[in-house]
Amino acid sequence: MAKATVNKIISFSCVDGPGNRSAVFLQGCGFDCRYCHNPETIHACIHCGECVKYCKPGALTLVEETVRQTDEQGVCCGDAGVVCFGGGVMPEVSDGLPGLRSADRGTGRKRVHYDITKCVFCDECFRHCPHGASARTRELTAEQVMQEVRRNLPFIRGITVSGGECTLWRDFLLELLSLAKAEGLGTLLDSNGSYEFSKDSKLMSVTDGVMLDVKAWSREDHLRVTGRDNACVLRNLEWLAHAGKLAEVRTVVVPELFDCRQTVREVSALLAELGCLDARYKIIRYRPMGVREQYKDLTPPTEDLLQELTDIAAGYGLRDVVIV
Amino acid sequence: MKRVLTPEIIEEKRREIYNTLVDPTSSHEQKVTYLARHAENFMTVLDEPEELDELMRCDIDTRCICNLFEGDAPYRPRYICIDFPKFLREGSEFLQLGPAKDFDEALTNLMIMYHNIPSITNYPVFIGDLDELLGPYIENLDDETVKKALRLWLTMIDRTILDSFCHSDIGPKASRFGYLLMEVESELENAVPNLTMRVSKDTPDDFILAGIKCALHSAKPSFANDEMFRGELGDDYCIASCYNGLLKGGGSYTLSRLILSNIAKRAENIEDFKTNVLPHVCDVMARYMDERIRFLVEESGWFQNSFLAREGFVQRDKFTAMFGLVGLAECVNLLLEKEGGTERFGHSDRANQLGVEIMDIIDDFNKNHFNPYCEATDHHFLLHAQVGIESDHDCSPGTRIPIGEEPDELVDHLKCINLFHKYFPSGTGDIFPVDLTVHKNPQYVLDIIRGSLGMDIRYLSFYASDSDVIRVTGYLVKRSEMEKLDAGQNVRQNTTGLGLGAAKNCKILDRRIR
Repeated sequence: MAKATVNKIISFSCVDGPGNRSAVFLQGCGFDCRYCHNPETIHACIHCGECVKYCKPGALTLVEETVRQTDEQGVCCGDAGVVCFGGGVMPEVSDGLPGLRSADRGTGRKRVHYDITKCVFCDECFRHCPHGASARTRELTAEQVMQEVRRNLPFIRGITVSGGECTLWRDFLLELLSLAKAEGLGTLLDSNGSYEFSKDSKLMSVTDGVMLDVKAWSREDHLRVTGRDNACVLRNLEWLAHAGKLAEVRTVVVPELFDCRQTVREVSALLAELGCLDARYKIIRYRPMGVREQYKDLTPPTEDLLQELTDIAAGYGLRDVVIV
Repeated sequence: MKRVLTPEIIEEKRREIYNTLVDPTSSHEQKVTYLARHAENFMTVLDEPEELDELMRCDIDTRCICNLFEGDAPYRPRYICIDFPKFLREGSEFLQLGPAKDFDEALTNLMIMYHNIPSITNYPVFIGDLDELLGPYIENLDDETVKKALRLWLTMIDRTILDSFCHSDIGPKASRFGYLLMEVESELENAVPNLTMRVSKDTPDDFILAGIKCALHSAKPSFANDEMFRGELGDDYCIASCYNGLLKGGGSYTLSRLILSNIAKRAENIEDFKTNVLPHVCDVMARYMDERIRFLVEESGWFQNSFLAREGFVQRDKFTAMFGLVGLAECVNLLLEKEGGTERFGHSDRANQLGVEIMDIIDDFNKNHFNPYCEATDHHFLLHAQVGIESDHDCSPGTRIPIGEEPDELVDHLKCINLFHKYFPSGTGDIFPVDLTVHKNPQYVLDIIRGSLGMDIRYLSFYASDSDVIRVTGYLVKRSEMEKLDAGQNVRQNTTGLGLGAAKNCKILDRRIR
């Protein structure tokens, strides 16, 4: 079974899709959005051990490395419960976007071990991480994740896999969503759109829908916000809408960073053209919470702007536009 | 044994009366109610169990039995749930009212009736299945007409029925009236009346969602597991007062409660608690309740003389009594501490299991106790998870997990309450303040309600964490009114004072937000 680096599992979530859902957050993202609210999910831990100093309850410890291997996909190593990307190389994803940045191993012979039973979730570890990563993660198989999700039956209608960017763990995703389907649960992915969904009919056959971030419409804006090109994102927007797999579109509004009006206008126009009027369009207010120091002085949008954007979307006939 | 009023007791009672007379925070209506209770408490008509005084009329930290201010000479049942359909159909000779022929008449007749239903607080605790009662009268009226009338009628209820133990029910069927009622309730944000939506497998999602949206504005309705209540009490049950399952056309004679947290203090260890202390207190409380019921039924004359009984709006044999309890969590924690355990109720299987064993003992006791006047419930009382009173200290309502100690994960919280709701046909419930973002995703609450229905979860309440109307323990109050009272002004509703006490002593404003 494929493993993934799991940042956390939220048993009940009211903000990751319709109804009550268990949300699984996977580690790693190929985008580097300036306003990222969870920057600790972007990179892989390099086991430098810096965070261990700040872990008061002793959940993180530096241990001698005993297992080091890379599976055939070059994804991961180590046993369950132990954080290690093993220096393995992440698979290439579409558009040439690199996956997790496998950095040098730092100390090389030690690694950070995480014991969730001792963790008090104070966040001190990743606040002090010099590499924009988190050691507070677990290597889990899809079945292990499902075991935790099953505890939440019958109160949930589905699972949502988010991140980081969940599609970096494609094989794991396929297994996890298949297991969820077997329990009668709905399946949603929360994605930055850097994965070519149209080319993976197997994954799409167990995915009810994708909640897609459209961070900016123009290539230049998108590069400025994320450091990456958005051709794939926009192909996905069109294909998912067309295939009836677009569960939601989100745009985080940061007026000084990109042309918000253009983005909302173009997204809405495309959805209208495709007759996809019932997909929820979430207009998200930028907030500085969790954002890295160097980007903290971005200005949150005014209520007037949020309302204007909502009106633009509604003007194209979109029926479910919400500001959060 | 009949009590003896010593000169010291009489002097103390006179002091209490004086304090009531001059209390700046009580309104006139409230003073009259309290004065009547003081008068009742001068009577020594009950033949009480000898052991009662030591368990009930003692220091608050050692008190094991509490009669919840019922007074020492019961002259009316505590909870009366009248047969409203009969009243609207036939009218009442005593009230000089004929059958209600249209919506206006129905509303007026009901309001008149409400002011003639006694209870322990003198206000009605059940005002009807409003959708079933009033639905037939609105068939030919447009929405705006109905809503305008309801706005006025509900405002009159809120301003004249001065405590929020007043309860109305809707569901489990969706109805136009139900939707309109909830629409108006969301607008008004009144604390009174309380509202329950009965929910079954067949209740449409859309109706439940309307209820959830209403609850996020006005902290009501709460959601009752219809199949569970129906299975225990039959089709003619209603939800009255805080969340009490009782029979329509009947009610409850009385409610006393075990203070389990204090009972545990008297035990040497778990075994002593289970085999000696708890059974003894249960026995004394049951005999005390038997005597209260005897006096009410045989001597007080209420069932012989009240027009409600005479005209058949209630029937004596549809009454039961409620055997209440509070503080299971603290009881379990203390018993485990006595044996060197550190497990906490709501957080460990061992602690929860001990809770279940204690509940089984109380349940068995009740099933083996016989009362001649509780025919409606096979001659047994109904167990009741009492919601607590404002003076309770270190004692959580019923079987609830203490505020501040709720499990991190709501799912663990729900699994714990799932162990305990089944014991309480005459009511229990848990309350969850929810985050604002749920306004955008009310299906989140819907999924939790639907999931609960398939389990042994009986009754759930939700309110928005920033709402003015909030649920204290079972009843509703407005934060803004509590602030006025706290500033020394008197306020309209009795329950505001109870809510303020609960905010200070029972930390009800500190519940974990979900």
